[in-house]
Amino acid sequence: MPLILNEEQEMLRDSARGFLAEKAPVSALRKLRDTNDEVGFDRGLWKEMAEMGWAGVMVDEEFGGAGFGFVGAGVLAEEMGRTLTASPFVATSILAATALSKFGSAAQRQENLPKISAGDLVMALAVDEHSKHGPTKIDLQAEKSGNRFKLSGAKTFVADGHVADKVIVAARSAGASGETDGITLFMVDGNAKGLKRERTIMLDSRNAARFDFENVEATGDDVIGEVDGGYMALEGVLNAGRAGLAAELSGAGQAAFEMTTDYLKERQQFKKTIGSFQALQHRAAHLYSEIELMKSVVLKALQDLDENFGMAGATCSLAKAKANAVAKLASQEAVQMHGGIGMTDEYDLGFYMKRIRVAQEMFGDFAFHADRLAQMRGF
Amino acid sequence: MSDLEEFCKDTRTWLEENCPPEMRKPIESEKNVCWGGKKWTFESNAQKVWLERMAKKGWTVPAWPKEYGGGGLSKEEVKVLKSEMNKIQARLPLVSFGIWMLGPALLQYGTHEQKAHFLPPIARGEIRWAQGYSEPNAGSDLASLQTKCVKQGDGWVINGQKVWTSYADEADWIFVLVRTDNSGTKHHGISFILVDMDQKGVSTKPIKLISGKSPFCETFFDDATAPNEYAPGVFSIVGEMNRGWDVAKYLLTHEREMIGGGGGGILGMRSVGEIAVQSIGVDETGRLADPVLRGKVAEADLDAWAFMLTVERVKDEAKAGKGVGAKSSMLKYYGTEYNKRRYELCMDAGGSDELEWENDRNNDGALSRDWLRSKANSIEGGTSEVMLNIISKRILELPDA
Repeated sequence: MPLILNEEQEMLRDSARGFLAEKAPVSALRKLRDTNDEVGFDRGLWKEMAEMGWAGVMVDEEFGGAGFGFVGAGVLAEEMGRTLTASPFVATSILAATALSKFGSAAQRQENLPKISAGDLVMALAVDEHSKHGPTKIDLQAEKSGNRFKLSGAKTFVADGHVADKVIVAARSAGASGETDGITLFMVDGNAKGLKRERTIMLDSRNAARFDFENVEATGDDVIGEVDGGYMALEGVLNAGRAGLAAELSGAGQAAFEMTTDYLKERQQFKKTIGSFQALQHRAAHLYSEIELMKSVVLKALQDLDENFGMAGATCSLAKAKANAVAKLASQEAVQMHGGIGMTDEYDLGFYMKRIRVAQEMFGDFAFHADRLAQMRGF
Repeated sequence: MSDLEEFCKDTRTWLEENCPPEMRKPIESEKNVCWGGKKWTFESNAQKVWLERMAKKGWTVPAWPKEYGGGGLSKEEVKVLKSEMNKIQARLPLVSFGIWMLGPALLQYGTHEQKAHFLPPIARGEIRWAQGYSEPNAGSDLASLQTKCVKQGDGWVINGQKVWTSYADEADWIFVLVRTDNSGTKHHGISFILVDMDQKGVSTKPIKLISGKSPFCETFFDDATAPNEYAPGVFSIVGEMNRGWDVAKYLLTHEREMIGGGGGGILGMRSVGEIAVQSIGVDETGRLADPVLRGKVAEADLDAWAFMLTVERVKDEAKAGKGVGAKSSMLKYYGTEYNKRRYELCMDAGGSDELEWENDRNNDGALSRDWLRSKANSIEGGTSEVMLNIISKRILELPDA
């Protein structure tokens, strides 16, 4: 498959760019932050996005989705990255939709996917228990008795966790933390008895939560994938999330870069446009090159997820690692080349730096994915 | 069956019947690569036969028009041919600057007579060309070149010196950037002229690099001559007189695409990780036993993969009609800088074994020599700094300094 967007995907991108620039610019995120909005995103806007087919962008048409696959979802994530749009898109429309579409039972798909597509169901994925990503370091216990389970333990850094109607949680039903065997994925109600949720105000002004499970009840019907064998599903879902976040990072990095080159063409010092200084030109041109690499790996990962879902782990790690590094570089260079104005809260650049920092950490930072790739390659 | 499928089937059969078995082995030495030309000695009869058969089909230059010695194939057919050749590991029958550089320039800027005169011998591997661009005082600032070319009677007299002319000592003809007018701006007054090297006025001298022997030469023009026309309509100057810079720029873009498109040479190379494991070994968790080096190697490996995907993407964009343009400068910049980084890591991984300079054990310090040679990658064909200037100006549209 050629490594470019097809016509349909390009149209999706163009219409998303227009819509988001008008309805969800950075000022919308600023407003959510400054008004301490309780939800953390605009529910009306999310409904509008759902009506355009975004909430179910990768859900099959039989469940009311658009059937645009991972590339389509990535296109939207990238555009939302450009405008730093706060929405439950990654958590609900990529992570949960992947979990249900790929690993859910017929009943689970029938019950949930149409609601996701309609924008009526917000979901979250609870994986990490420590401050660094560790998909095998699962210690939240799932105590088995017959077909019933009791979940107890803690989760952190759960995107959209405090407002999620349903939560997919990775629990340990056998074995010990660090092992891939013995992990089970459960889908539980966001308001389940025994589940305490604490909204954590993050530096990017986007939603996250800490969870405390105390004997939260679940049954075999709530299991996604296999009991004790949930790691494969978890990895698949995480890969989708990594590619989605990489796309978002790519969009944010590109936007920060474009703000910077615009500024270089307009700012005057020493009676010259600062963009005429070679010291800045070369930094910008190097960053441009890195951004081109980032765009390639992000698209490749999304295409791999569409074409061969089970084998996409390597390119998803590649995409997340490279997007982490390049978006970070873009935000750093942006502030430096803007000078003092880039440090002010009034200017939008800080929002980019903050979001990029948080998205980098989610589901594996650069070191995590570089290590993972090195292991895959035998060193 | 579609026409393309038919072509694929026929090509496969033809290659199977016509590619000698000796020509289906990986390249192991310089002599395995056929450059052609009057001074070329074939290393084997198979190499000669393979060139002749392919040239007869026009498949040494499959995309060139048939009338000029090419195969007249469409882009899709060229792709099929390449892929069928790869399948049987067939070597390229011929490589040359004529194919890569002069050919494209003539096809773009030449007259019909020039094309008909010069292209077929390139396609058949009969004439080997050298490129006369850089001068001792015109490197990155190529347009300041001063090799003089003045009209005398019915022809041209050339005086000056070129440098970094690859394989000039083995070439038959040379395409040279010369100054035919000094009165205007430096970009004006440059002409692109074709010169027969088999004359008293042209001499060459090899350049030894820090890596040892090299293909580079200095080429001297002392009252060298070229006629106005080699035959009716076959002018020695390509394109308009004094407008040779257009041709030069076109060729440089082509060259950078080639260097960049080949991944600066990194495509098909062994990964640094593999080399490091062989040299250093792994710990009990299967990780490279030097953790600090491992981090750097992991990062380099990842960038290599990302870069190769970018080469692929830029090619796919070009095929979709979006054009490569200045992106070739980005590929050239990144690919060559990566290659230097890669060799530094290989040297780190290799340790003192690779520092032996003259020893059969390490093939006379082959890695050290390649490492040293790689330092030129970001200089030749336009320095990294020039590439960054081009990106700034052409792509980012930043103002002139």
